[in-house]
Amino acid sequence: MTVPVLSAAQVSRLFGPIQVLFDVDFDLYPGEVHALIGENGAGKSTLMKILGGYLQPSKGTLRLDGEDVVFPSLREAEAAGVIMIHQEFNLAMQLSVEENIFLGREIKRGPFLDKPAMQAEARRLLGRLDCPVDPKMRAADISVPNRQMVEIAKALGRNARVLIMDEPTAVLTNRETDILLEQIDRLRAQGTAILYTSHKLDEVRRIADRVTVLRDGHLVRQAGAGELTEHQMAEAMVGRELSDLFPDKTRPADEVVLEVSSLDVPGHVEDASFTLRRGEVLGFAGLVGAGRTELMEGVVGLREAQGSVKVNGRPLKPGSVQAAREAGLVYLTEDRKEKGLLLGHNLRENLTLLALDRFTRIAIDSRKEEAALTHAFEEFDIRAGDREMNAGSLSGGNQQKLLLAKTMLAEPDIVIIDEPTRGIDIGTKRQIYDFIARLTEAGKSVIVVSSELPEVIGLASRVVVMSSGRIAGELEGDEIGEDAILRLAMGLQDARDMQERAEREAQPS
Amino acid sequence: MSDATSATEAPRHRKRLNFQVLGPLLALIVLVILGASLNSNFLSYGNVTNVLARSAFIGIIAVGMTFVITAGGIDLSVGSMAAFVAGVMILAMNSLIPTMGIGVPLIAVGMLVALATGFAAGWLNGFLISKVGIEAFIVTLGSMGIYRSLVTWLADGGTLSLDFDLRGLYRPVYYDGLLGVSWPIIVFAVVAILGELTLRHTAFGRHCAALGANEQVARYSAVKVDRARMATYTLLGALVGVATIMYVPRLGSASGSTGVLWELEAIAAVIIGGTVLKGGYGRVWGTVVGVLILSLIDNILNLASIVSPYLNGAIQGVIVILAVVLQRERKSAD
Repeated sequence: MTVPVLSAAQVSRLFGPIQVLFDVDFDLYPGEVHALIGENGAGKSTLMKILGGYLQPSKGTLRLDGEDVVFPSLREAEAAGVIMIHQEFNLAMQLSVEENIFLGREIKRGPFLDKPAMQAEARRLLGRLDCPVDPKMRAADISVPNRQMVEIAKALGRNARVLIMDEPTAVLTNRETDILLEQIDRLRAQGTAILYTSHKLDEVRRIADRVTVLRDGHLVRQAGAGELTEHQMAEAMVGRELSDLFPDKTRPADEVVLEVSSLDVPGHVEDASFTLRRGEVLGFAGLVGAGRTELMEGVVGLREAQGSVKVNGRPLKPGSVQAAREAGLVYLTEDRKEKGLLLGHNLRENLTLLALDRFTRIAIDSRKEEAALTHAFEEFDIRAGDREMNAGSLSGGNQQKLLLAKTMLAEPDIVIIDEPTRGIDIGTKRQIYDFIARLTEAGKSVIVVSSELPEVIGLASRVVVMSSGRIAGELEGDEIGEDAILRLAMGLQDARDMQERAEREAQPS
Repeated sequence: MSDATSATEAPRHRKRLNFQVLGPLLALIVLVILGASLNSNFLSYGNVTNVLARSAFIGIIAVGMTFVITAGGIDLSVGSMAAFVAGVMILAMNSLIPTMGIGVPLIAVGMLVALATGFAAGWLNGFLISKVGIEAFIVTLGSMGIYRSLVTWLADGGTLSLDFDLRGLYRPVYYDGLLGVSWPIIVFAVVAILGELTLRHTAFGRHCAALGANEQVARYSAVKVDRARMATYTLLGALVGVATIMYVPRLGSASGSTGVLWELEAIAAVIIGGTVLKGGYGRVWGTVVGVLILSLIDNILNLASIVSPYLNGAIQGVIVILAVVLQRERKSAD
């Protein structure tokens, strides 16, 4: 093979006394997709940041085209054509797509901006990605996957030879993921070297040429993507045998605890009705934008909604999160960084925020709060380096566990969990699934909203599928399967039609 | 959580905390030493009482401002609000003399009028900001102009003066005290202590910080966001009322130039004290230190004739900017 365009040789990194990366070798060849996988905290981000010039290695060297190189900052890395695309986008939302693409390297004619030239170039770059976005639109007004495309176009505009992509599909639906993967394919064909991280192992198998697995800062496996099954990848990441990811499903009682009828959430959801039984895990599937989150926010009073919501047979006061909480109904947001946790505040204050009344008479009982934190650490296996650290310094998985702990402090009967495992490694996923199972065993009822089909299928005893703001159908027991869910989600068929057809076919003619 | 890790982590944490805590305190101590070395009268009973009593007005307001800023808001109207409240209070008291006669009950009614006017003015700010959803800067910029203009109109461009005999009766509220400590100082201390306890140890205080840090998170955590925000402005308005009650007996009058720039002094004190301007973290005791720093600078310039007292504003300005720079350095050092 040729010389790797970018490689790391025996790279280590320490943060203070803590070593997070141990003598890792990693290389990227032109025209290959090299996937980097590992659990949260395995050192993926650190390695990516070192390659992208955001961090310096404590030991070891980087090589660009075979020559030793140092990137004192990302500026030098970008100048060398090494560009990192972050999971959280770096777009200025108020600026147009074109302005974003050329931010910091605007084309000028004399002292003035050469807008037509920039727009033409932006259009050309987006065209290369097969992305039909108008360069004049504001970044805030385009869809999430298109923002991703704009980020890539921005990178291409900077003559990227190496693209480092940090979980680019974490926020994308399956269809959007397909589009992105096609485009990655195209970039690969054009000779770009791509470092790709994802928690979705099926994707890794589909797109990557090679896979490197990190665990606890060590390189544990490096192989061609075809040589490893998803199961083997997962085991290499976790470092032990993985039994079945999903716990056994419990049998729900007949008693209905939540009854939603003809609920409208203006602009998002029309005429949604469903019920939840005691001890049940009810799955909500659908494409991103189908209105699942909005429906749930409408149910718990976070959004304006018309229609009826009954908890244990009693109507719930609309538009009041407080009333929902008092009725034992809580919602765990999908957006833990922006809506779930106060990233700049400590763990204790985050933990007790929702149920603060339980810790307060006139003043807050901080000893009781500390006890609750200790308890939460144990019960939810939250791994924090320091009791006084900020929630923002926790890893994604631990943040999600803290959010769970916070929600459970309110002692709810009904828990709605939106994307319970987004951006979380497989070991922590397993813990969260077990926790959901324990909840139902304790007689609580759970709604799981998820874009990951295996999760919905593995957890739920009944699945409601939404499509374009409406409930497209409901699947139960053996009907639950990827194919059936997808059909409903894409609005291809009503469940009833399918059933009828199945019955018709079953009848001998 | 194992004991071993918390033991090794603790010292680092304490060190960082110390620096944050000590910054404003150190500045205060340096000022006291400087003042004492420049003028032997600086630490005299008379001067200390004078400085503290004059700090009390801004101080009481700044305690309320700490809540507003911690919750992510701002209130530019407090200076003109104080002037307006003073004007309304004086007019109300003067006009009630024929019916009530000059006496303690009338002064009590005047105090109630001041509290109610401040409360209502603050509530109105809060209502426009949280329920109508107009930005705090705009609302309070508007009400700043409105109150200033109203008090000038009430005074017909001149000065509203409290009835002479009534003034004599009311005077002790500013000039007398308990055990040698004057009333404004006592009231300031009580307000500050209650404020610190409320911000640090009650659900309302915690909710203010949560709201200032991230309103969405607060909303999703079933915090009554609108109510908490309105409460901060209303509390501030009521405290403006309290400050006015202490201020009116000092001069016995109010005019269009009463309380000019108080809002900026109050905001400056809050920021110097270490409360974060964009919200999420606040401390009342820091605000108290901030107020004292500002008044000491003024006092030292007046006592020691090295730098012209006319430069007071310039020096205070430099201190405010410096405080924010230090806050930022601290953040990046973490």
